Amino acid sequence: MTSTTDGTAATAGPPGIDPGTLHHPEGSVEVPTQLALYRQMVRMRKFETRAYDLFMENLVKGTSHLSLGQEAIAAAFGEAMEQQDYTFATYRGHAHTLARGTSMTGVMGELLGRTCGVLSGKGGSMHLTDVSHGVMGSYAIVGAHLTIALGAAWSAQYLGERRVAVAFFGDGTTNIGAFHEALNLAAVWKLPVVFVCENNMYMEYTPIRAVTAVANPAADRAAAYGLASILVDGNDADAMYLTARECLDRARDGGGPSLIEARTYRSSGHSRADPGKYRPDAEVAAWKGYDPIVIYRARLMGRGVGEADLDAIEETADGDVETATVSAKASPAPGADDLMRDVWSDGGWSWRN
Amino acid sequence: MAELTYRDAVARAITQEMERDPKVVFLGEDVGGAGGVFKATVGLLERFGPERVRDTPISEQAILGAAMGAAMTGLRPIAEIMFADFFAVCWDLVANQIAKSSYMTAGQVSFPLVIRSGNGGGLRFGAQHSQSVENWAMAIPGLKVVAPSNPADVIGLFAAAVRDPDPVMFFEHKGLYSTKGEVPDGEIVDTLGSAKVLRSGADATIVALAAMVPRAVAAAEALAQRGIEAGVIDVRSLVPLDTQTILREVAATGRLFTVEENPRLCGWGAEIVSIVAEECFNYLDGPPLRITTPHIPLPSADALEDMAIPSTERIVTVIERAMKS
Repeated sequence: MTSTTDGTAATAGPPGIDPGTLHHPEGSVEVPTQLALYRQMVRMRKFETRAYDLFMENLVKGTSHLSLGQEAIAAAFGEAMEQQDYTFATYRGHAHTLARGTSMTGVMGELLGRTCGVLSGKGGSMHLTDVSHGVMGSYAIVGAHLTIALGAAWSAQYLGERRVAVAFFGDGTTNIGAFHEALNLAAVWKLPVVFVCENNMYMEYTPIRAVTAVANPAADRAAAYGLASILVDGNDADAMYLTARECLDRARDGGGPSLIEARTYRSSGHSRADPGKYRPDAEVAAWKGYDPIVIYRARLMGRGVGEADLDAIEETADGDVETATVSAKASPAPGADDLMRDVWSDGGWSWRN
Repeated sequence: MAELTYRDAVARAITQEMERDPKVVFLGEDVGGAGGVFKATVGLLERFGPERVRDTPISEQAILGAAMGAAMTGLRPIAEIMFADFFAVCWDLVANQIAKSSYMTAGQVSFPLVIRSGNGGGLRFGAQHSQSVENWAMAIPGLKVVAPSNPADVIGLFAAAVRDPDPVMFFEHKGLYSTKGEVPDGEIVDTLGSAKVLRSGADATIVALAAMVPRAVAAAEALAQRGIEAGVIDVRSLVPLDTQTILREVAATGRLFTVEENPRLCGWGAEIVSIVAEECFNYLDGPPLRITTPHIPLPSADALEDMAIPSTERIVTVIERAMKS
C-alpha cells in the first residue's frame, strides 16, 4: 500500500476490477521514460485544473471536457508514438493534444477564443487540431473519427509510410454504429491503426454497464473483429506505455489494428455543466485512491527518483501553465478576417460568381 | 469524337483521373468486382488493381471516413455512395466532418476528395432509392455540389472535381445512365461553377439541372413550335454557382423558370429565384416560376412517379400558360 498526498490509502489496482482480467504487457519502462511520462501527466493535470478555473471565471465559454484522472492514457501514447504518427482525439482532447507537443499557449488560447489559439478561435475546446504535431483533429460527434483514423491509416498503408493512426474515444462510443464499421473495415484491410477506448465508466451521465450488453464494452467486442481482447489498467502509466508500444509496433510492422480498453475514471463531471453527482461516493473515493499521478509519483520515488526532481517537474509545469494563461489572456480576439477565412482550401469562402 | 453512354462516361472519367495521378484511389460497395450496381465502374478493378479500387462492406460511414482520413493525409480518394438516399446514414461524415474541418481548423487540413452517388428518380425504385438530394448538400457550407446532365459533362466535371482541392459531391443521375451523347476524344477537363447556355431564346429562360435538362430542352423545342422562344441553361454546378450566366440570360429575356426534380421546399431553384429577385428585379417582366416535384416522397408506381417529377409536357404547359397570361 502506498499513501496518497491527502492521506487516503491507495489500492493495489483499479477499483472493482479483477486484476486477473488485465493485460500485463511484457518489458519494463526505464526511468528517463518514466520521468517523461510523469512530466506529461503533471502538465495535463495542471493545465486541466487551470482550464476549469478559467471556466469559473467565464473566460472559457461554451463547454469543455476535462481529462482529469485519465492522464496516464494520453501521456503513455504521447511518449510511445513516433513523430510521424497521427492522433485522432475526441472533444475530451486537451490532454491528447498536449501529449504530442502542441504548445500550451496554443491550446489555452483556443479555449479562450483568442488568435493565439491553434485554430485561431474557430474550433474551440472540442476541435483541437495541430497537424504540425500529428494531431489530426478532435472530433465532437461520437464515433466518426474512428472511421477517419482508419482512412489516415489506409493512406499510410497505401503510400508505404511507417505511420500509425491512433484514435482515442470513450466507452460510450462502443455502442454507436461507426465504432463497428471502423473496427470491421480496419481489420479486413489490416490497417495500421490503434483504437483506444478510455473506459471511464460513464457515457456522459449514464453508467456504461447500464446500457451495454457486455461487461467490458470494447474488450469484449474485440473478438467480433478477430482482434485480441486487451483490457489494461488505464491509470498505470507503465502498463499503458508498454501496451501502447506493443500495439504501435504491431501496426507499424504490418500486423494490423488493435483495440485497447483502458480502464480509468474521470475525477470531474462529463463536461463543464456536470458536477458528476450521479456517481456513488464510495466509487469516487476508491478511484481517488487510485489517482494515476499519485501512484506514479510513489512508484518513481520507490525507484530512487528524488523528491526534488519530481517537485521540479511540477514547478516547471506550474510555470508553463501560468505563462500560457498570461499569453492567452493577452492575445487579441479574432476578427472579421478570421470569420470568413478557410471555408475552402484556398482560404476563401465564396460560393458564387 | 465518339458516342458514349452517361454510364460509360463515368468509368472513362475515373480511368482518366486514376491514370493521371497514382494518389487517386476509389472505394465503395460493389464498385470493383461487380463493376458497380449501375455498371458505371466496369473494368476499373482489372485495370487498376485491388489496392486502388477497393470493395467495401455495407458501411457508408466507414467509406466516407476512410475517404476523409485519406484525403487529409495525402491521397485523392473517390468514394461511392451507391444511392444518394444512403447519405442519410452517413451524413455526419458529410455535414459535420468533411464540410467543416477546413474552417474549424483554420485551414490546417483540406479534403481533396470526390463523393459520387446515384441520385434522382424515374426508375420506379420508390421513396428510399429515388430522391434528389443535391439540396441537402447545397445547404452546407464547405461542400461543392455538381450534377452533370450528359456524358461529356460527366467526364469534364468529374475531372475538375478530382483535381479540385476541396470536397465535391458529384451527383450522377440514375435516370441518365443509359442516355448517350457525343464525347470528344482525349483528356477532358471542365470547370466547376460554370453554367452552360444550351439554347438561346428571347422570351424566357429555363434553368435546369441533371435529368431535368433534356426535358427542359425538349420543352423549349415544343414551345418554339408555339411561338415562344425559351432559352435553356444547364446549371451543372450548384456550388460554386454561376450566377452571372443566369442573371445575364434572365435580364435579357425578363422571365425565369426553374425546373427542379427535388421536392418543393428549399430546392436550389428557390435560391436562384431569390438571387434574381434581389439582383435583377427591374428586368423581370413577370414573376419567376418554379416547376418542381410536389412536396411529397416519391411514389413507386410508374403512373404516379411520372405525375410527380416534372415532365416535358408539364414544363411546356406551365411556361405557355405563364407567358400568355
